[in-house]
Amino acid sequence: MASTKIYLYPIWIRLWHLLNALMFLVLIFTGIMLRYAAGSQGFIPFEVSVAIHNVCAIILTINYGIFVIGNMVSGNGMYYRKWRKNILPKLWKQFLFYAVGIFKNEPHPFPITKKQKFNPLQKVSYVFAMYFGMPLLIISGLGLMFPEYISNTVFKINGLVFYDVLHIVVGFVLSIFLLIHLYTCTLGDKPGTLFKSMINGYHEEHG
Amino acid sequence: MKTPTCLVFTVLLSSAFTLFAQQDDTLKLKPSYFEVNAYVEDNESCLRCHGEAKFVIEDPNTGRSTHELMYHERAIDRDAFYSSVHRTFACTDCHSYDFNTFPHPVETRVEEQFLCMDCHGYDETFAQYHFEDIEMEFQESIHNIEEFTCWKCHDPHSYRAFMRNADDLAEAILYDNNMCLRCHANFDRFTLLTDREEIVVVDSHDWLPNQTAHFQSVRCIECHTEINDSILIAHKILPITEAVQNCEECHSKDSRLMHTLYKFQSLEERKGGFINAIMINNSYVIGANQNILLNRLSFIVFGLTFLVIVFHIYLRIKKQKNS
Repeated sequence: MASTKIYLYPIWIRLWHLLNALMFLVLIFTGIMLRYAAGSQGFIPFEVSVAIHNVCAIILTINYGIFVIGNMVSGNGMYYRKWRKNILPKLWKQFLFYAVGIFKNEPHPFPITKKQKFNPLQKVSYVFAMYFGMPLLIISGLGLMFPEYISNTVFKINGLVFYDVLHIVVGFVLSIFLLIHLYTCTLGDKPGTLFKSMINGYHEEHG
Repeated sequence: MKTPTCLVFTVLLSSAFTLFAQQDDTLKLKPSYFEVNAYVEDNESCLRCHGEAKFVIEDPNTGRSTHELMYHERAIDRDAFYSSVHRTFACTDCHSYDFNTFPHPVETRVEEQFLCMDCHGYDETFAQYHFEDIEMEFQESIHNIEEFTCWKCHDPHSYRAFMRNADDLAEAILYDNNMCLRCHANFDRFTLLTDREEIVVVDSHDWLPNQTAHFQSVRCIECHTEINDSILIAHKILPITEAVQNCEECHSKDSRLMHTLYKFQSLEERKGGFINAIMINNSYVIGANQNILLNRLSFIVFGLTFLVIVFHIYLRIKKQKNS
């Protein structure tokens, strides 16, 4: 059985990704604790959730800065560019593969190469998550971390309500993205293949 | 000095000095004062000094005069008085006529003051304010110490029922907190009542995150009193060891604030699909304010995503078995 092995994930990407994933999971957990605070019945005290959430948020923000700068100075940024080109037919094709083709052993419509790390669905969702969702999440989070510095009203609504609802909505959407991301990562040759790639840096495919 | 001698001395002094305010009194009397009070001109015999920052004492015998600053504890702001709950009063309704003598006899300094209960207690007219319950709470409060009276917090010359009629809750919170800070941020006043060490409010609350936001959004008594559902504002101030320090008391669906700060405000004032929506008029309390629609929507979206994934896994397992 022929197999291909491409080095796609340099060490800095893997370390960034690992830290990002860990922080995000902790932030989701503590975020839920804060959102649905239930007095003494909660898993951890409110103030502990706040402290952990704040520390992880700062780490995540710095880590996000590393990601953005890293993408600018390394070649990794190219995987996030030109995502709009002929996008709808590409998305549909990839969607059909996940919905139907994958069960008929059809070949991947957009096989992974050194120049094409992501399929169209991945590309669009990653661009939205990292370049739209994350900045909104960070800005709204900073607003909640430093409420003294935000304006009392934003678009004619209470400033805190605006920042909190924005933070919760974006955080929730990114959490759903994480869930789907985790599941699609099991769609490699074997359920663990793609996870292994993020450890050793090599994308492997068996023809 | 024996009492008769003292009295003679006082009378002599009274006749010897002429006392007058620095500026033309009539300029200070606004028409709005006359609308609410029938004794404005009578009250001026007090306010021409006590309503001024400074006054002049003149000795008609020698022609010598001196400017004196009005001690701020004895100063009355006319605007504040004529918009206070006691705006209809004449000074002598509560104070002795002896104050008409100047310098005021020493007895007036220690005159027995009327307290809230003297006029408001056990009177059907004021039944809705539950003064009796307030008095009972005060008796159990740590403020129930010698020389501590209602007036220490509620200045009868300026007190307004702010919370009850609050259009701007932030202003009402500031007004309320300033009552506490009059002593708790002024050590000289504080020492009038206790020998305790100075309390630096900012330092003693350094555990509280976003201190400024908290101080602007809630009153001191939210955490420092025991909840009492029968009166608008709790008066049983708790010892420091019993003050609320558990964040979830407010930051949760069953927020304490709904039994304190927002207790008597209409839930109809603000809705918009938020739990404890009334708070959003003034602030936003993480944990206490949840958007019901967003809550439901998030459960639906999460549930659907989960179902799709489970179905996809099922199809993959089925395919694997078939092959």
